[in-house]
Amino acid sequence: MKNCEYQQIDPRTLPTPTPTPTPTPHHGPDGDRPEEPRGRPRRKWHVFPGKNRFYCDGRIMVARQSGVLPLTLGLILVTSGLFFIFDCPFLVKHLTSCIPVIGGFLFVFVVITLLQTSFTDPGILPRATPDEASDIEKQIDNTGNTSYRPPPRTKEVVINQQVVKLKYCFTCKMFRPPRTSHCSLCDNCVERFDHHCPWVGNCVGKRNYRFFYTFIVSLSFLTAFIFGCVTTHLALRAQGGKGLVFALQESPGSAVELVICFFSVWSILGLSGFHTYLVASNLTTNEDIKGSWSGKSGEDVTNPYSQRNIFVNCCSVLCGPMPPSLIDRRGFLPADESVQTAAADIELPTLATKSEINVCTQGTKGLLESATLPPLLSTSCPQGKPPTDPTGNFDPSPEISTSCGGARHTHHSRGRASTPRHSKTRSKKSKRAALQIANPSFDVPVSPTSPDAGPSSTARGHEGASFSHLH
Amino acid sequence: MAETHSLHDLQQPTVSSKVFVQRDYGSGTISKFQTKFPSELESRIDKQQFEETIQTLNNLYAEAEKLGGKSYLEGCLACLTAYTIFLCMETHYEKVLKKIARYIKDQNEKIYAPRGLLLTDPIERGLRVVEITIFEERSIGSGR
Repeated sequence: MKNCEYQQIDPRTLPTPTPTPTPTPHHGPDGDRPEEPRGRPRRKWHVFPGKNRFYCDGRIMVARQSGVLPLTLGLILVTSGLFFIFDCPFLVKHLTSCIPVIGGFLFVFVVITLLQTSFTDPGILPRATPDEASDIEKQIDNTGNTSYRPPPRTKEVVINQQVVKLKYCFTCKMFRPPRTSHCSLCDNCVERFDHHCPWVGNCVGKRNYRFFYTFIVSLSFLTAFIFGCVTTHLALRAQGGKGLVFALQESPGSAVELVICFFSVWSILGLSGFHTYLVASNLTTNEDIKGSWSGKSGEDVTNPYSQRNIFVNCCSVLCGPMPPSLIDRRGFLPADESVQTAAADIELPTLATKSEINVCTQGTKGLLESATLPPLLSTSCPQGKPPTDPTGNFDPSPEISTSCGGARHTHHSRGRASTPRHSKTRSKKSKRAALQIANPSFDVPVSPTSPDAGPSSTARGHEGASFSHLH
Repeated sequence: MAETHSLHDLQQPTVSSKVFVQRDYGSGTISKFQTKFPSELESRIDKQQFEETIQTLNNLYAEAEKLGGKSYLEGCLACLTAYTIFLCMETHYEKVLKKIARYIKDQNEKIYAPRGLLLTDPIERGLRVVEITIFEERSIGSGR
């Protein structure tokens, strides 16, 4: 019974604000069914607050901005396809039949690891429940003045004789664990955040770093292999004084492959080398770029997470136990959430202070009311629905978008604000950009002062409650 | 809405407050919870008992995240199969998580529920906190 009560109230999944204060019998997918005690059971991914898209009923997740993943996949498929069509027959005849076998194996490996990097939860931390958030607020020394943004909240811990500062995430309402960073592209805190990679269309974090590393290493092997084979092929054809032009005319596909591989191989190899260094020193791209452990400030700082042994570092990063996904996408939302708070959106900011003080003593109703605070106060509100829009069997609730209309428009403009920064990189066909892309200072909003914070301030500004602060 | 509210009261004991046991990051990013005894629980449960529960949880998480021969083997095998093995096989971590869930259920039934407390499995809170719900002491005949 108690377990039942506890599970029913899952505040982090409750925030699905309804536009109409009075529940109307309405064909909406969210909780507008006060009459029937249980409607169609919905999974938690439907109400996930981050900017992610879910497919196959929550089994597959990608970042909302899929970046250039189709381009990456397209380039790999086209190059490999041309290789198998144009080069393999000749090389099998003149050299050995191992070549398509090796090529095929590498190709399959690359595609699988790419898809796994893109579709795996990178290590997203679910947002704090309202109870947790208010508990933390109580512990923090609050000046009580809600009319201005308080200074950033930090907490210090000592890890292996190093002082590490933990920052408070205003979106997720919690102190971020060490090595965790908030990605504003995905609007999630990601554990062991490395970078957000547009080429794979996802963040690279604790859970999918090994896939990412395997992907770039196998891709560098594949690119180098194809490059070598194509060169050999053309060299063999051009033998006997026939010349390169003749060879290219005979095998036009090889020319395309040559160009793609030539430009890609350096950047991919460079990226692999860089990440091999990171793995060996147990660093993340984020930490390396920010110079967290490089000791440039003059003090004696070392990486507290490194095991001081290259082999052990590699093993722990790449072969360590696979942590589980913390967001439980496919879990079912408690049926009881259909008993929605009837409070209109306007009332919530005033309720905020009340429930902050007395979240638990108001009982179930108070919990439900306070639970609906996070989405409206944070910019994740409109993303509760739109990111999960494209799936076929899910009815995108229009009522959500109308209720948070203002905030949603802001979200879109914020999204647009970030895209121009990325469109430059996306339009580059060459994979040389991969090196730059991997550089998080270019595209990864690891610090709270990301451009996304700018336009969204208006949305947060008029919320007014003590919770709503830019992080 | 008022009706529903009282219906809830009839069905379940009232939650009086929640206590959150935060993570202890002193040893790095491994999953470990602070064993400091929260003052709100002083009247409800023995300090030793509580610390023992948390310590056992910490040990179980350490077992799940242990870097050893077995986990390396699993990792290497997974790498060779392009990680497709994760689709069919339950990882060591998942097995230990099930063990933890059973342990928490057991602790709740034996120790915490009789004292009007409820432990929440940290995995349901993203491994951020151990949430302990404190139920009001209910007098006989109230609301039933």
